Amino acid sequence: MPAILEAHRLVKRYPGVIAVDGVSFAVQAGECFGLLGPNGAGKTTTVEMMEGINEPSAGEVHYRGKPVDAGFRQEVGIQFQSTALQDFLTVRETLQLFRSFYSRGLEVDELTELCTLGEYLDRDARKLSGGQRQRLLLALALVNDPKVLFLDEPTTGLDPQARRNFWDLIRAIKARHKTVILTTHYMEEAFLLCDRIAIMDHGHIIAEGSPSSLLAKHFHDVILQIPKEDFRTDPAVLGLTVLDAGEMLEISTDDVDGTVQKLLQQKVSLAHLQIRARTLEDLFLELTGKELRA
Amino acid sequence: MIRRFLAVLKARNLEFLRDRAALGWNIALPVLIVIGMWFIFSGGDKPLFKVAVLDGGVPIASIDNAFLKTRYVDFYPVTDQEQTESKVAHNQIDMLLDLREPKAPRYWVNETSPRGYVLEKILAGETDARYIRATVSGRAINYVDWLIPGVLGMNMMFSCLFGVGYVIVRYRKNGFLKRLNATPLKAFEFIAAQVTSRLLLIMSVTLLVFLGTQLLIHFYMAGSYLLLLLVAVLGAASMISLGLLVAARVASEEFAGGLLNLATWPMMFLSGVWFSLEGAPAWIQDAAKAFPLTQMLVGARKVMLDGAGLADLWPQLLSLGSMTVLFLALGSFGFKWKND
Repeated sequence: MPAILEAHRLVKRYPGVIAVDGVSFAVQAGECFGLLGPNGAGKTTTVEMMEGINEPSAGEVHYRGKPVDAGFRQEVGIQFQSTALQDFLTVRETLQLFRSFYSRGLEVDELTELCTLGEYLDRDARKLSGGQRQRLLLALALVNDPKVLFLDEPTTGLDPQARRNFWDLIRAIKARHKTVILTTHYMEEAFLLCDRIAIMDHGHIIAEGSPSSLLAKHFHDVILQIPKEDFRTDPAVLGLTVLDAGEMLEISTDDVDGTVQKLLQQKVSLAHLQIRARTLEDLFLELTGKELRA
Repeated sequence: MIRRFLAVLKARNLEFLRDRAALGWNIALPVLIVIGMWFIFSGGDKPLFKVAVLDGGVPIASIDNAFLKTRYVDFYPVTDQEQTESKVAHNQIDMLLDLREPKAPRYWVNETSPRGYVLEKILAGETDARYIRATVSGRAINYVDWLIPGVLGMNMMFSCLFGVGYVIVRYRKNGFLKRLNATPLKAFEFIAAQVTSRLLLIMSVTLLVFLGTQLLIHFYMAGSYLLLLLVAVLGAASMISLGLLVAARVASEEFAGGLLNLATWPMMFLSGVWFSLEGAPAWIQDAAKAFPLTQMLVGARKVMLDGAGLADLWPQLLSLGSMTVLFLALGSFGFKWKND
């Protein structure tokens, strides 16, 4: 299947800094593509170049195989990381304002239902909660019924409940066969929503693939978590890979049976043992040697 | 294109009408101006008499004439007889005295002017000489008649420049313009809607103040209301466009405030709001012609005080129209959506 949107060696230089340094990737029609990375990795700059908001210093963006042109804006929907809206307008009026900019799109009623804005339609847009506001911004991004939807850190700053609600919305949008390009620094979000991801750091893509294939490629182990206080001897004598994770010790192993045997031999209590699979968080740490949210 | 323009226009109008503080201020300020002018000018002019003297180059103080020693009368020399006569006709000067021919002194008064009458009586009592009396007539034009277009124009200027300039800088700073830029909306559509919205507002407010002031003060209006409206609309359009030009690229409210002050203060003093620039150096007068407010006030006073017709107004209309087009074109061309 041909890619709907492609980045070809995108570069963005600002005085004294290269924010994006030769980034290439292709997004397939109908997939959810995630750009992951810590703050300052170049995610936003990259998607803004894809959106046509930010002029690349070098490289090209292709839409359906051709360089993007003026018609591109009619076909994409964009949700920026932070956007102010016009003051003193209600949710309904804001939706109508943006709807009028496009020759075709979804009607206000449909957007209201899709983004569950019914209760707030006549409320001043400034008086919405964080989650309600993100849903309105999402509705604005969908107002032209776009083929491609850009979401730049849409759940940053939301409480867990609101974040989960927003994920449900994105799944509903994916079900409408939209192509979604999502940036986030929440690994869980990327894992749950994205078909494929690219991990960025310092303006480069350092890994790309589906979340599960990336994990399978880099990790063959699982993590055993045991509270430190359950150890009676020095964990170092076990001859295992042990990581310090606060109150817990994390043991990395691809042989769970053997490891558990060893622990029992050393009289380590397994009453509080937890086993977890490797996450994208671990992958990021592995690839860059640093915590994602640092 | 029209649909996008109308949508932005409607949104901006709603925003303004719902912003109680801004709306309140835009109504309160003109009311205060009207009340202030009424308070200052309804008591009549101060009892100071002004007599222009054609002295033929002899210092007034050295002329032996008892009338010239009268207290509370301001005697001052002039050279242009015709121009001064017209000022007497409009009551801008109470009397013109011609002492160039000591044998046959003359004077001019306006027969409808009470102060001219008083001065005439004093003149008759103070000197034995036989003066040749001449009269001129015309509707009295007081300072207040001259000042009102100035104050209304100044109020329009501040509202035009700050009203539209700050709004756009705020939109740019908080990212709303960036969001609009992600839609097919074009800079010119957005700018035209901002200009139109502000123009509607300013013309409504100015009309209210104009009518209110006329009701309270009965100032002089010689010409056509329609022409005056034309001058005001073009004047407001040119000043709003100037505000847009100032705000076309700036993303800091402080810097925009500085630039707007830089644009408004010279206009406030050099465009002839408070006093005529007739006595100022020629280069200042020439420089002031580049200000839209100057052109608007010259045009408005031509209509209001001289009853000028369209034929006399075209230099002002043309320059206001060209400034509007120039500022709008530069503003659209240089317009920046983003704050980077």
